[in-house]
Amino acid sequence: MGTATFRGGIHPSDKKELAANSPITDAKASKIVVIPLSQHIGAPCNPVVTIGQEVKKGQVVGEPSAFVSSPVHASVSGKVVAIGEFPNAMGRMINSIIIENDGKEEWTQLKDNPDYLGLSPEELKEKVKAAGIVGMGGAAFPTVVKLSPPKEKPIDAVLINGAECEPYLTADYRLMIEKPKEVVEGLKVLMKILGVQKGYIGIEDNKPEAIAKMIEAAAGDASISVITCEVKYPQGAEKMLIKAVLGREVPPRALPMDVGVVVQNVGTALAIYEAARYGKPLIERVVTVTGEGINQPKNLNVRIGTKIADLIEACGGFKDGVAKVISGGPMMGFALSSLDVAVTKGTSGILVMPEDIVAHGEEFGPCIRCGRCIDICPMGLMPSMLSVLSERGFYEEAKEYNLFDCFECGSCAFVCPSKRPIVQFVRLAKSMVKP
Amino acid sequence: MEATKKEQLIVSVSPHVRSDETTSRIMWTVSIALMPALLAGFYFFGLKAIFITALCVASCVVFELWYLKTVGKKSVVGDGSAFLTGLLLGMNMPASLWSFSPFTIHVPVIASFVTIVITKQLFGGLGFNVFNPALIGRAFALLSWPKAMTIWNEPAVAFFAMDAKTTATPLGILKEEGLAKLIEVFGDKMNLYMHLLSGNRAGSIGEVSAIALIIGGLFLLYKKYITWHIPVSFLATAAVMAWVFGGKDPVTGKMVLMTGDPIIHLISGGMMLGAWFMATDYVTSPSVRNGQILFGIGCGFLTMIIRLKGGFPEGVMFAILIMNCFAPLIDRSFKAKVFGAVKQEKAKETK
Repeated sequence: MGTATFRGGIHPSDKKELAANSPITDAKASKIVVIPLSQHIGAPCNPVVTIGQEVKKGQVVGEPSAFVSSPVHASVSGKVVAIGEFPNAMGRMINSIIIENDGKEEWTQLKDNPDYLGLSPEELKEKVKAAGIVGMGGAAFPTVVKLSPPKEKPIDAVLINGAECEPYLTADYRLMIEKPKEVVEGLKVLMKILGVQKGYIGIEDNKPEAIAKMIEAAAGDASISVITCEVKYPQGAEKMLIKAVLGREVPPRALPMDVGVVVQNVGTALAIYEAARYGKPLIERVVTVTGEGINQPKNLNVRIGTKIADLIEACGGFKDGVAKVISGGPMMGFALSSLDVAVTKGTSGILVMPEDIVAHGEEFGPCIRCGRCIDICPMGLMPSMLSVLSERGFYEEAKEYNLFDCFECGSCAFVCPSKRPIVQFVRLAKSMVKP
Repeated sequence: MEATKKEQLIVSVSPHVRSDETTSRIMWTVSIALMPALLAGFYFFGLKAIFITALCVASCVVFELWYLKTVGKKSVVGDGSAFLTGLLLGMNMPASLWSFSPFTIHVPVIASFVTIVITKQLFGGLGFNVFNPALIGRAFALLSWPKAMTIWNEPAVAFFAMDAKTTATPLGILKEEGLAKLIEVFGDKMNLYMHLLSGNRAGSIGEVSAIALIIGGLFLLYKKYITWHIPVSFLATAAVMAWVFGGKDPVTGKMVLMTGDPIIHLISGGMMLGAWFMATDYVTSPSVRNGQILFGIGCGFLTMIIRLKGGFPEGVMFAILIMNCFAPLIDRSFKAKVFGAVKQEKAKETK
């Protein structure tokens, strides 16, 4: 049997060797942390602290205002010095809480509960919700929402996403090597919450050490299987991973829950375990700081709200000629305009690229209809047509080519010999028409 | 931190890495894949073949430069597409065009103009032309100078010979005088096959050596610059058609079903050049793989219809040009299947 896979996809150079062998280390907490009240998909939080108030590590500072939302917590102990609009990593102004770190590292109540698996699904779910856990692979969708499927959609499998198919990033890889037991425990909590008998961990073939560690950690539990997936981008996209591991195809516009699956990232599984056992809120995460332009690529355990500039400094600073800094991976991450922005729950990596490897996008040629993008589109779309239609302003027509099924993985733009900014054209078209 | 603040960071849309494949690399690689066939043409038709090919390449590049300059577009000659088009045009011309009396040297030049300016640039340039430019250029020349375009030199005379003897192409003989005569000309059937494979026969410069063209085509397949869909469906359809409808009763001349010789048809005329290099042109063929199979079948079918029933001995050129019209339509109807889509959704799309 070959390794699990899906149709299409690409093989970019993975560059994981830069940071793969650097164990996770704690980054020093910044003097000032910026906690955006919206770090997730859904409604922003309302602040529940006031300026001048002393807060402890793990204290709730923002309460969710709607179902699809997630609370935020203080990541350091100290004093609230400001509440107001600050730019987030994407440059948008977001209501944020600024805390001055007093360096005391005082926690709110943390309680070890070794019998967390004895709790009821509702109690566990409440813990996940209270901990402010969101999808840590990048999308930052509130986890509790994923764990509350409607009754008519029974879930029969939980899938832990250890594919980490984005080149360069190694945060999940390090977690699987260093904390495999905890990740497996997180999976067990998820299975308990959802009342599911079958848990899977999908890992790409290029991480043999992680696969071995996870198999070892899951040994003795027949309900959990570790599945080796082909190394191929975007193997870690939910729909692709479900197809590869379970052979199920999520219909267009539908969610994994429509085929009875809940997918959670490795980092999320760890956070879920820590929330279930200790009641620990999501105030830190592993961030891979890597790329050819950084002096010491590292996997850092970083407090939410740490300035990205501080992380760069913690990794020995830039080499000469840095041209681009990306939050996330090179395929779907976004370029930062400023380093004075905070790490949020969805920040999986900081990628520093020097001038000579930056793909300059300003010059592109016409589509020569070579069909490469059609061959590799994991969603089975015709990116060539989407880009041509969008370029000419035929947005409604683009819709007929299934515009809204595109999840912007960027594989098409990667392979395009004319270097067309296909993702950009797709986003433009999406913004011009209603789904 | 102060130091990092001063950095001017580039902000652009994802993805931030690209493959190193480029349009110009594709064009130059295809040009390289044509080299075996071109060298075979040079070997069999000598200096005249080199002159004609060089003239076509030079004219195409100059016309492209001139047009882009005239309309104020940025020059993209470096992308190699004009070079490749000129090369293909030259390879589709008879070497006999290099002749001063009667003077026919203007034919490749005018054909190049039609190819580059009318067929490619006036339709919007690279990526927007409906028809294969080199084939339109050749079709234009064939219809405008039918005599000059069908004077075929005998191959393998002295390399520097400027007054080669003329003869008919194998397909011409097959059409006018039948299979028996064709075999007679080449001695026996095996000998005929060998001549057709090696390229030691009359024809356009680049089309004669079937084996060299197959080598080039396999190279492109190996490099994944083309896929099997178009060449295989094209050649298979033509072979089946040739076998089913290509046989004739030697006495009465009536068609006898399922007695034709597919091999002769596959390795003669422009079949190999057409199937591997002309029909697979990205711009003028469908880009959905399943659609390419239909496209190839159409090409093979029309080629054989023209060869067996039409007025011309050769049909590859017109077959591909006709199928070029359908390429966008085929793409539209073979729209790739969306991941997870249920089959019944097809019904919804008809409006």
